[in-house]
Amino acid sequence: MRQLVAAFRKEVLLQWRGRAQFLATVVFGATALLLFSFAIGPNASALRQHAAGFLWLALLLSSTLTLLESFQVEMEQRALEGILLLPTSPQAIYYAKAIANWLQLALLGFVLIPLMVVLYNTTATRAPELVGVVLLGAAGLSAPGTLYAAMASQARAKQTLLPLLLFPLVVPVLLSAVKATSLIILGDPMGQRGAWMMLLVLFDAIYWSLCGLLFGRVVEE
Amino acid sequence: MIEVSRISRRFGRRWALVDISFDLKPGGALLVAGANGSGKSTLFRVLSTAIRPDHGTARIDGHDLNLDQDLVRRASALLTHQAYTYEALTALENLQIVARLVGADASRAALLVRLARVGLEKRGDDIISTFSAGMRKRLALARLMLQEARVVFLDEPYAQLDPDGFLLIDTIAHELRERGTTLVIATHQLERGARLCDEGLVLDRGRVAWRGSAADLPAHYRAQAGDA
Repeated sequence: MRQLVAAFRKEVLLQWRGRAQFLATVVFGATALLLFSFAIGPNASALRQHAAGFLWLALLLSSTLTLLESFQVEMEQRALEGILLLPTSPQAIYYAKAIANWLQLALLGFVLIPLMVVLYNTTATRAPELVGVVLLGAAGLSAPGTLYAAMASQARAKQTLLPLLLFPLVVPVLLSAVKATSLIILGDPMGQRGAWMMLLVLFDAIYWSLCGLLFGRVVEE
Repeated sequence: MIEVSRISRRFGRRWALVDISFDLKPGGALLVAGANGSGKSTLFRVLSTAIRPDHGTARIDGHDLNLDQDLVRRASALLTHQAYTYEALTALENLQIVARLVGADASRAALLVRLARVGLEKRGDDIISTFSAGMRKRLALARLMLQEARVVFLDEPYAQLDPDGFLLIDTIAHELRERGTTLVIATHQLERGARLCDEGLVLDRGRVAWRGSAADLPAHYRAQAGDA
């Protein structure tokens, strides 16, 4: 636990120092939302219908930037190797980074929601529920994303490799998050939201436990 | 104590280390010499668990390299070409991360003492990206000392350092030896290295080419280079 706290403090410090990169990611996500709305055109009903999907696509695309950046700083002077050569648990290093990436991605989601409300003519009256879905969905992206970013950061074509590895794996999370968000925005007459949220929780649990176990293998050499 | 038994390691088709075996008693010091690409850094990376050997094994401070990686990491520390630092953080913050992870005193006062030891006390709050290569090496040395390891691997410790830095390495190496730390040094500064070590080993294309006393190593190495 001491190592997890120590590693998490390191992640927070690194993210704070790299906040300009986070601002660039916010601009990227906002631009993606804007471009998606242009693709739909001025049809208010169609915009509302697709709002949830585009919000999560913008988050998914932005996540590749934040995830890769979180390992870029580890590779500059082989800092990650230095940390792993200490008597530290790779799990502590992984969970600290995954939690930090999760919080960053959730924060990005909270910033993009008001923009979605404006651009897609939706309402955000059930804000606490939206916050819940963003937290669960971001957790489902950041756990495998952190593992794959660790893997991709050692490769030459990291920018290409990460989406190729990550996107197929997070389809269930993406689908559940889009459905749950859509039901919150458009209404849920059949009471399906709970089931989609449960599915999100299930995939989060699987990803967070499996990826933690696999991280040691991935960063070995 | 170090016992290395038939360690081999390859990168792709090229063997970087072939059947390396040697041992070193507790508190001993070994000077490793060899031309560029002879396998010195690979040997150090294998022995410090940064990479795994393809064949063979070693015992570091009594722990098996392949079976007890975590215990080997507790017992050993590596100074290498890479500073193992975060460029966006200050020198103090970098040391603080390591101190917290290894459970050492991470207070500002304690870490400033560590920085003063390597001549960086006035640069503690400066970002690493503003540091010269020599200053990074000094910080890496302070980081290594934080680990208080029983076996220390110094890979090219003099590289990038100024004459004061050379003396600093010598002083720290002597202190480590007085404390009973087992020391393995790879350097091209053969006379300096020979003064710090008891035993010597020369690597040639990944194989042990010579083994003897550290005092004899510089002369032997030059004679061999002359023959070549």
